[in-house]
Amino acid sequence: MTPEPFRRKDLLSIRELSAGEILFLLDQTDSFREVNERDIKKVPALRGKTVVNLFFEASTRTRASFEIAGKRLSADVINLSATTSSTQKGETLRDTARNIEAMATDVLVVRHSASGAAHYLGRELRCSVVNAGDGCHEHPTQALLDLYTIREHKKDFQGLNVSIVGDIAHSRVARSDIAGLLKLGASVTICGPSPMLPAEAGCLGARVTTRVEEAIEGADVLIALRIQLERGAGANFPGNREYATTYGITRKRLKSAKRELLIMHPGPINRGVEMSPDVADGPFSVILEQVEYGVASRMAILYLLAGRKADEPAPSPPRLEEQAPEPAPLRRTEDALAR
Amino acid sequence: MPLLVKGGRVVDPASGTDEALDLLIEGGRVARRGRGLAAPKGAEVLDARGLVVAPGFIDMHVHFREPGQEYKEDIESGTRAAASGGFTSVACMANTDPVNDTSSVTERILKRAREVGAARVHPIGAVSMGLKGEALTEMAEQLAAGAVAFSDDGVPVRTAALMRAALDYAGMLGAPILDHAEDRSLSQGKVMHEGKVSTLLGLSGNPAASEDICVFRDIRLAELMRARVHILHLSSRGAVELIRQARKRGVRVSGEATPHHFTLTHEAIQGFNAAAKMAPPLREEEDRQALLEGLRDGTIEVIASDHAPHYEAELQVEFDEVPFGVVGLETAVPLALDRLHHAGVLTLPQLISKFTAGPAKVLGLKLGTLAEGAPGDVTLLDPGREFVVDPEGFESRGRNTPFGGWKLRGCAVATVVNGEIRMNRIAGPMQIFAGERVA
Repeated sequence: MTPEPFRRKDLLSIRELSAGEILFLLDQTDSFREVNERDIKKVPALRGKTVVNLFFEASTRTRASFEIAGKRLSADVINLSATTSSTQKGETLRDTARNIEAMATDVLVVRHSASGAAHYLGRELRCSVVNAGDGCHEHPTQALLDLYTIREHKKDFQGLNVSIVGDIAHSRVARSDIAGLLKLGASVTICGPSPMLPAEAGCLGARVTTRVEEAIEGADVLIALRIQLERGAGANFPGNREYATTYGITRKRLKSAKRELLIMHPGPINRGVEMSPDVADGPFSVILEQVEYGVASRMAILYLLAGRKADEPAPSPPRLEEQAPEPAPLRRTEDALAR
Repeated sequence: MPLLVKGGRVVDPASGTDEALDLLIEGGRVARRGRGLAAPKGAEVLDARGLVVAPGFIDMHVHFREPGQEYKEDIESGTRAAASGGFTSVACMANTDPVNDTSSVTERILKRAREVGAARVHPIGAVSMGLKGEALTEMAEQLAAGAVAFSDDGVPVRTAALMRAALDYAGMLGAPILDHAEDRSLSQGKVMHEGKVSTLLGLSGNPAASEDICVFRDIRLAELMRARVHILHLSSRGAVELIRQARKRGVRVSGEATPHHFTLTHEAIQGFNAAAKMAPPLREEEDRQALLEGLRDGTIEVIASDHAPHYEAELQVEFDEVPFGVVGLETAVPLALDRLHHAGVLTLPQLISKFTAGPAKVLGLKLGTLAEGAPGDVTLLDPGREFVVDPEGFESRGRNTPFGGWKLRGCAVATVVNGEIRMNRIAGPMQIFAGERVA
């Protein structure tokens, strides 16, 4: 696998990227890390460019990370919070986004509670769109910083065993991480109680288990996920207390783990539920490193998208997932039904 | 003015006809059928050489948004879409605003249809007041005003107890209940079929079991009350099988398939394609195959479009918020001809029956046949005519279709309602004649 340049208009999902593009993005992240270690943490790379963070869902970490990333590149960064869905507000999502685009925005970073919202905007807007999390679908920049963190510690993805434990069904981080890890050659195990696994978990390409011991044993990396009660995870499961007893990652459960098991979490952590504090703060936890590298990773993305020359053709294909099997040629014939 | 339909192949499954015949319509009725009929003085002549002459097509499941949401569709644009698609009759669902749960709304719909319609309109009354699933509507009065059946479509009849009462009372009155079969506790808030695609896209899924459970409920209650129930827009393999078994033991249950369910699967949603969002959802290939088999073996007697027009701006939102449904009046017949007839699933008489005798039987209409003395409603088909679906050219106000750009073979080229031409594009651009001419 060799890096190949990332030339897309948007970053919408990991599933649509090639392994080469992912490696390229990880390599780019390297060069921006150095900026963050300087005393004066600022370069003029995106001076005069405008980045808008449009967040339809609450976020602390991701929004701050994008804001800092943009500012360290000297872009003008605007944060907008919109807490309601289109229909409640009476304005369509398309109109909201096109208004922001009309103010000569270069990159729109969007988080939304609905799966596919970023894809929809990617199709409708000429400016670049970064998916900062869409519903239960994908969170590609989180996956990029997770992959970067793993590479820093484990060097190679080939033969690496990564387990993801928690509320997989509602997790956009899981979908992005699984896609990225598999593309780079790692083996992935997903684990959670059955109600927290998606209907057809097997189609994600990872090994599926409901036994947390199986996920821990032999793993090189363990990513724990939060139970997303706000997305309805509570409706089909007894609750946090039961989860903590049966799936919580504790020092005791980790007795059977490999010695150098890397512990990760995308945050926010519910201490004492999916992970005990001594594990979260333990010697093999890289949870804060993930946050640190997130800034560099997002600097790389913003730089590549905002730095894209305007005369370059928009590289994203119009259909962003794999093509539906039915033919749908978008051409007209002269003698369609004579009207 | 008499009308002579000359030189066509008459296919009338109800009377067992499939031969080259001329058709003379006088006084709104089929007066004579025969070879080499001469045109009476002053008669209009339709040259049907090379065309199939069928009973007027009936779409027993459409949503016209009048009264209340005319910006999406009204009776005028809806019946023009019907005529353009080859339909001479439509049955419109009750989920308007206000709901068609009283005779005055039924009467208003029929009055508008007489004034501006390009096809016959048969109103379907609500089962429950306001579609709330609580109190039964005044069914006898609605039937007297012109309603032909009852349905809470959009939602299922809410409880088994209410369904039982509706079957009991409507059964006594001789009208069927048409049900949108879903167990809402499983389907509410879910935006697509639960399966591989919903897993990959992170969209909430509604399992096929949701439909099967409700279909089983409806069948058992129809059996208990010895009444007639019709299952709208079947989407699952299990439901088709339940209906097949029930019909074998004599339960009075019928079923309907839509062109989108027999053509597409949940794969059409890949890429967050909101034009393929509908309820019940597009399901898996095995479900689609079961629908084809149900159509082939007669378990499913009706093809209906579930024509559900929406306003463009309502579609410019995130997938979760896009309203369910697609327009279908102007693509139903071409999809059936292309995907069922030309693909070898149904013979032409079988296909025509699903649009004529099938729905006429379910709704108890004296339509759907070209026997002498029958109402003079005719649909002329050109099974070989190819065209590309262009939503911008639809008569309907709705453009929400997953079939834009599809090349299809076969379409309707003329309609006759009550002996009068309503749509004609046999040679030259399409003309539609609407308004007071419909009796």
